[in-house]
Amino acid sequence: MLSRIAESLFWIGRYIERADDTARLVDVHLQILLEDPWAEEDAACRSLLSVMDRDLPGPEVTIGRQEVLDLLAYDRDTPSAIAGSLIAARENARRAREVISTDLWEAVNVTWTQLPARLGARRAHSYFSWVRERSAVVSGIVDSTISRDDTWHFLVLGRSLERADMTARLLATRALAGSVAPDWRTLLHSCGAHEAYLRRYRGIASDESAAGFLLTDRLFPRSIVHALGQAESCLEGLDPLRDHAGVDEARMRIGEARAGLEYRRLSDLLDELPEHMERVQRSCSAASDAIRARYFPAGAVTTWMGGVR
Amino acid sequence: MTDLFDGYPPGAAWDEVIDREGEVRPAYRHVHAALAKMSGPELRARAESLARSYVAQGVTFDFAGEERPFPVDVAPRVVTGAEWDTVAPGVAQRVRALEAFLADVYGPQRAVADGVVPRSLITSSTHFHRQAKGIVAPNGVRVHVSGIDLIRDEAGTFRVLEDNVRVPSGVSYVLSNRRAMTQTFPELFAALQIRPVADYPVRLLEALRAAAPPGVDEPTVVVLTPGVYNSAYFEHSLLARTMGVELVEGRDLVCSGGRVWMRTTQGRQRVDVIYRRVDDEFLDPVAFRSDSQLGSPGLMACARAGTVTIANAVGNGVADDKLVYTYVPDLIRYYLGEDPLVANVDTWRLEEREALEEVLDRLDELVVKPVDGSGGKGLVVGPRASRAELGDLRDRLRADPRGWIAQPVVQLSTVPTLVEEGLRPRHVDLRPFAVNDGDQVWVLPGGLTRVALPEGELVVNSSQGGGSKDTWVLADRRGPRPARPPVDHPHTVAPQSSVPLDVNPDDVRSQSMQQQQQQHERRGRAQVQDRPGGAPC
Repeated sequence: MLSRIAESLFWIGRYIERADDTARLVDVHLQILLEDPWAEEDAACRSLLSVMDRDLPGPEVTIGRQEVLDLLAYDRDTPSAIAGSLIAARENARRAREVISTDLWEAVNVTWTQLPARLGARRAHSYFSWVRERSAVVSGIVDSTISRDDTWHFLVLGRSLERADMTARLLATRALAGSVAPDWRTLLHSCGAHEAYLRRYRGIASDESAAGFLLTDRLFPRSIVHALGQAESCLEGLDPLRDHAGVDEARMRIGEARAGLEYRRLSDLLDELPEHMERVQRSCSAASDAIRARYFPAGAVTTWMGGVR
Repeated sequence: MTDLFDGYPPGAAWDEVIDREGEVRPAYRHVHAALAKMSGPELRARAESLARSYVAQGVTFDFAGEERPFPVDVAPRVVTGAEWDTVAPGVAQRVRALEAFLADVYGPQRAVADGVVPRSLITSSTHFHRQAKGIVAPNGVRVHVSGIDLIRDEAGTFRVLEDNVRVPSGVSYVLSNRRAMTQTFPELFAALQIRPVADYPVRLLEALRAAAPPGVDEPTVVVLTPGVYNSAYFEHSLLARTMGVELVEGRDLVCSGGRVWMRTTQGRQRVDVIYRRVDDEFLDPVAFRSDSQLGSPGLMACARAGTVTIANAVGNGVADDKLVYTYVPDLIRYYLGEDPLVANVDTWRLEEREALEEVLDRLDELVVKPVDGSGGKGLVVGPRASRAELGDLRDRLRADPRGWIAQPVVQLSTVPTLVEEGLRPRHVDLRPFAVNDGDQVWVLPGGLTRVALPEGELVVNSSQGGGSKDTWVLADRRGPRPARPPVDHPHTVAPQSSVPLDVNPDDVRSQSMQQQQQQHERRGRAQVQDRPGGAPC
């Protein structure tokens, strides 16, 4: 497979997952702001933006729901907002048009054509459910129409890495915001994990078990450990490990992050949650770089300069 | 633009939004302003999206054998924090008194000995079950969940209309109404501070676990439903789902060796607490109706042996008998030594000879209710009944005075409701839900407001084709945040250098490439036009 195509597949996976996760995250946070009369809107919005790697305006500006929506949901120019990442996913699908199934292409393309313009805060919820629905369509088609060859491995590799990264960001909101921090119930809702969690723990909610569920549960597909494990198995599919061979850089990074969560006491993790979550994010980023270096090496870009003799 | 409140008629009843001088009451200032500002089509569009979200969620109830979306009105009902802080303790007080009464009825019957209630009141109740005598509630709770129906009379005072301590339903509509309304009116939720209701399943589960038989460390709680055809099935599944417990039917349970078990893929699993939504008569074919397929044979024996807790307790119906209702203020004084905080509606006990005569004289101006009916069944509103109906009723009252009570026609308070002509007053009641965990009675802020949709209709019941409203209890902005578990690991770390979100470098590069490619094409076209046939050189 062409490196360029593989890279596009990897990014389709990441962008669609990013849109999905961001929609869940913002939706639940806004809902909480509405339902909790004691929430401090400005502080909660700031912590959300800082976790999502956005520049914060100075303290003299009040940030509200509309600003959060504009920056994280409706911005079309940056692939880290929902609209932007759906557009970017479609661009990548266009580049890989010949290897992806027509079903998949149409799902991604239809999403792009239906992308609504900026909506008011009132209709944000319907926008988010639409985004979630579209990304569910895309992942469903990926899982049901694509052979389990490298195409699928790259798509799912992107999806899993992004999922681990986004879940880590989400958990970081818990620690960063101090008194306005979303409680674990909110975080579980963001991941669509609330009902799975309730069934697992029979409704005996405790902060510790909730954290454990999102960090290290082996069965829930959005827990960090599960997502990292899935990424590892995709790398394994791309390049099966042989005897006597060391692991490559990407697998090392991912395995390290996974083991750092899996083989550590939960109480220790919780004590230093922001640090651990930052480490997971950095590992994902490093793994992403390593994957790019190994599988999608861009030829050194030649720059022509006006010669000075 | 016409105001949806145009032509809002003043009525005899207490209107909760517009007072008698035509002014808006302070509690509704925000809501009224928001609704009045909205154009008819806009409000209707929101009503439409509200209804759609209900169909999508599957929030339905069974109406004459047909699954219908539960009608929820767009205009909310508002209760101020101060009003609520008088109502909620009144509801809790009533629940405590009914608990004491039930413990007494199925125990020593002190109240009878002390002459507070006649013995016949208890023994003649159709819901007094001798089978329940001697079953001990592990933490002293029989009324784990109750729904105390309240109304506001012509003076705006809250009064109790009836008690429901058997299997009160409707709380799922409170939860889903709130969810749907926050999505439909985010701006109102942002402007007002409304007390949240989402805690309910957690509270309920805590209360059920607290009621487990002694010695059980990790009790298994289940919700027992009659099945998918029950009108409240949506509620049963919602409660089981939000509590994370199994939703079982009678056939999933088996009683053996003095214990209750459920059949699972992993073999039998012991059940400790059953939150049952099945009526007493169907619970156990051995003890009650032998043709019941909804319960599990042997359940009562297990309950008596103390190996399983049935919540709410069997036989609670004796406490929400409408004749007992007339004694509740006395019961509050007798058991608790307190004065009732929320009054009853004046009621005639037809058993008493003078009362019966008076009622028979004034039948055309009173409301007459059967004592054991629920859901408005059998109720007759005097002023609306025909002469023949009244004559028929007269005979029935004479034949069975124990079976009926009479009350004056109370003009229930009204709240604007969206109908064909715009927002119009419709009568409402309120069912707050109370959960008793043995230590305290917790009252869900708000509750289910039911609204009678036909004009002037005073009977408010979903089984009679009524609708509902989301009920907003305002929080006092300056009040303290209610106790919430403290942040487990507080960090005062300033937002650190956040980890950048990766993007495909191609997406950044592509913009310049796109420009170049387009430039290339443009230049090519230009050259073609400039020098037809000529190659660039």
